[in-house]
Order: sequence, then C-alpha cells, then structure tokens
Amino acid sequence: MLAIDNLASRYGRIEVLHGISLNVRKGEIVTLVGSNGAGKSTLLRAISGVQPVASGTMRLEDKLIDRWRPHHRVAKGIAQVPEGRQVFAPLSVDENLRLGGIVRRDGNIGADLDEIYTMFPALAERRRNAAGTLSGGQQQMLAIGRALMARPKLLLLDEPSMGLAPVLVEQIFATIEMLKTRGLTVLLVEQNANVALAIADRGYVIETGRIVMTGTGKELLNNERVRSAYLGM
Amino acid sequence: MRRCLNSPFLLILALGAVVALLPLILPSNFYVRVVAIVYINALAVLGLNLLMGFAGQVSLGHAGFFGIGAYAVALGPVYLGLPGWASLIGGTALSGLLAFVVGRPILRLSGYYLAIATLGMGVLISMVVSNEANITGGPNGMEVPRLVLFGSRITGSLTWYWISGITLVIGALIVVNLIESPTGRAFRAIHDSEIAARVLGVDVARYKLLAFVLSAVFTSIAGSYLVLLDGFVTPNTTSFLLSIELVVMAVLGGLGSILGSIVGAAILVILPQFLTVFHDYEHAVLGAIIIVFLIFLPSGIVPALASLIRRGPA
Repeated sequence: MLAIDNLASRYGRIEVLHGISLNVRKGEIVTLVGSNGAGKSTLLRAISGVQPVASGTMRLEDKLIDRWRPHHRVAKGIAQVPEGRQVFAPLSVDENLRLGGIVRRDGNIGADLDEIYTMFPALAERRRNAAGTLSGGQQQMLAIGRALMARPKLLLLDEPSMGLAPVLVEQIFATIEMLKTRGLTVLLVEQNANVALAIADRGYVIETGRIVMTGTGKELLNNERVRSAYLGM
Repeated sequence: MRRCLNSPFLLILALGAVVALLPLILPSNFYVRVVAIVYINALAVLGLNLLMGFAGQVSLGHAGFFGIGAYAVALGPVYLGLPGWASLIGGTALSGLLAFVVGRPILRLSGYYLAIATLGMGVLISMVVSNEANITGGPNGMEVPRLVLFGSRITGSLTWYWISGITLVIGALIVVNLIESPTGRAFRAIHDSEIAARVLGVDVARYKLLAFVLSAVFTSIAGSYLVLLDGFVTPNTTSFLLSIELVVMAVLGGLGSILGSIVGAAILVILPQFLTVFHDYEHAVLGAIIIVFLIFLPSGIVPALASLIRRGPA
C-alpha cells in the first residue's frame, strides 16, 4: 500500500528524518513508536505532503507520490488525523465532517455522514454544535470521522490517545481495530506504545529520525529494549 | 431575535426591507446620499470580510482595487470610448485579473508579511494613478462621465441609492450562499487551522486565491459606484488611508459577520458627519470612539451584541 524508501526531511538546515524506510501492506495496522521529537509527526506530515522532503521516495500502490500536492494525495486515498485533533473549533460537527469529504468528486457524502454518525452516536447528538465545545474524546472521534469522510485507503493517525482518559483511549483503539476489519489500512503513530503495539500487525521504532527496530507488534512488545525505553518496564 | 441573528437568509430579507423602506423616512436628499455611500462602502467591506473574516487573510491594499474600479469608469469612456457600464465591467474584470496574478505569489505569505505585501501592492497602484498625471489628472483627479443606461443619464442621489442598495442586497446574498457552501466551509477551515485543512485535502492556495479575487471584485465595483455617484475621481480612491478605513470598518463591525460589514461601514461613514461639530478634532474624536468600541466589543460590534443577546434571558 505505502512504501517509503530512504526518506530524508529537514526543517531549514536541520535534518530531522535521516533515510527512513518503511512499508505498510494492504489491510495492516502498522504502529510507529518513538519518543517526543523522534520525527514521528514529521514523517506523517511528509506522507500527507505538508512537510517538504529532501530526498528519498514515497509510493502509494506503486505510484510515486513525492510530487503530488496534499489535496491530490487525499483524493488518492491518504487521509490524516493530525496531532492534537485539530478540529475546526468554530465550525459545527456537521461542517467538520463535510469538510472531510471536500476531495470527493461523487458528491454523495450524505450516506457517509450517516455512517459516521452511526459509528459515533455522541457526534450525532451534537451535529449542530461548534466542534470546539466537544469534549476531548468527542473531538478525537470527530477528527477520525472527518478523515474517514474522504473514503481513504490509508489512514494516518497521529497520537490519537493524546490527552485522553484510559477509558476513551480504549474506545479509540477499539474503533481503529474495527476500521481494520472493514479493510482500512492504518499507519498509527503513538507514544502510548503499549496499547498501540497490542493492536498492531507490525511496528517500527523510530529514534532521532532513524528506524532502529522493526518486527511484529508482539515481537516489539516483548523486546527488552522496547520494554525499557517505551513501556516503562 | 435569536433566530433572526442565526438565520442568514432572514438577514437578507431584513436588509432588503431596510433598503426598500429607508427612503420613506430619510428627511432629505443629503441623507439619501449618505446612506448610498454607506451601501457602497458596505459592498467593499463585504468583499474584504470574505477575505479577512472568513478566509482569515489580511489585506492592507484593497484601496488598490477600489481605485481600479474608480479609474476604470473615468478613463474607459474618455480614452477608449467605452460606455460607462462596459467600463465598470472592464474595471471589475481587471481587478479580478490583477488579484489573480498578484494573489498567487503573495498569498503564500501570512500574517504580517501578507499585510506588508498587500500594502505594497496598494501603494504601487496608488503611485501609478498619481504619477500618470497626463492621463489621470494626477493628484487633481478627473471628471467621471455620467453613467448612461438605456439612453438616459443615471444621476441623482436617489437613483444611486437604489443601484447601490440593490447591489448590496445581491452582494450579501452571494456571500451568504457562498459561506454556507463547501467553498465557504473551506474558507473558514483555512482560517481556523491551515495545516488541518491541508491534510484533509483542502487546496489551500486555490481557496485563498478565490477569496482574494472575489474580494477584489466586490471592492472594485464599490469603487466604480462611488465615483459615478460623485462624478469625480481623485487618487484618494486608491490611498493607503482608504485601505485602512476598509479594514477598520470590517473589524469594527465584526470580522466574519455580514451584518457587521454593513454596520461597520455605516458607523465610519455616518459618524464623521455628526463629528464635524468638533472641527479640527473631528478625527481625534473618531479615533477615540473606535478605540472605545474595540476595547469593550473586541470581537466587533455585531458579533459582540449577538452573543450578549444569546446569553441574555431572551
């Protein structure tokens, strides 16, 4: 689905990603764990096309996407739930979701709206409310729903558990697993490595802009180094 | 009341009613003319609000477009032999085209940098108009031939009252429709979080440019109307001061508020008429009033009052 080869990216003169290579296969949940500042969000932003890339290649279903503009990438199936949710606070829940479908050419987003509201009944109750008035958990659901409105093939999730109570984290991860059963491919970035690796088919560990380890979710969960560095065990 | 403020289409209806009924109570031709000038300014502010209030991009150079509209109806008939209405359309198209060409590079900037870039654009247009004195009359300005439609000369305050009033209602209707459309949602999304808008697939550059072009078109039409009403054009129609006035009207009335655009324009046009009693201190008093308004109603007059009414026991 997604193949990244030797990707480098920099902020000004400071290189933050040094030759990242990773693969996400169709139907997988792949988790990328790493500490603050390791380059996780930068990588997702590069995949979405909003972070310039210095070298390396990115392919979506064997098509080179490096030069595609962000909206084109969304139209071709890459949607992102950005870090910190970033819902459009003054806009209503309904408007936020409709914006998620902005790249859709079929114009038939009504059915998808209903589907999102069935998936997240809490949003349906508040569809006319400003997104900024929702709780953190509801905002996260809205951010996920909004990304799904683009009918993506690949969903990029940047720290969906950030700032949420454990109960809500569970709910969000259950949703992600449910989306997988519907055939969605997921690239998940998390600091909350424990839960994120538990639902992952495969995982990568990123440290200061380099991939330092890879394996199945289970392997990484049981790996001594991962356990001490990211799981606090 | 609450409903009224929430429903943009009722707002248009109310605006239409005000435009239709106001001439019945205005005591003299002088007031009719002042209100016509309010409508014309409101049209420009409505356009600017689309850019600033909804899409969240600042412009300190919109007087440039106002001036292009103004000089188009002055120069078109004299030098190209075009009828006034064709000059108006031509000027509008020229403003839109210029906004399209200039907007592409400068809308990559944001915040202060965008403010300076648009300011520069406005000053450039103003300088061209002032320096090409043999064509434009330079600082002395020039006469604007009366508009002729269907063989009759369009003059008189009341005629222009109707033309500007009806145009304003149509303009407001267009803005209302746009804001509720997918395009309007994209504008507001860019305003709130550009990065989130981009990862969702909003073509940010395109929507910013669209907002810029639309706002230039509104402002240009307003410029044409004002000098057609006056029968005279001077470089003041392109001045930096006018750009600032338009921004003040938009901010004072309320960014992102359609009614606010009209209220802001009304205050800045009407208030100076009453402040003439202060003679030399007229501008100082006007400035003080604006400051007081913004301190107590920082989100602008209309949004602040609307939220007061909503919170109150309505």
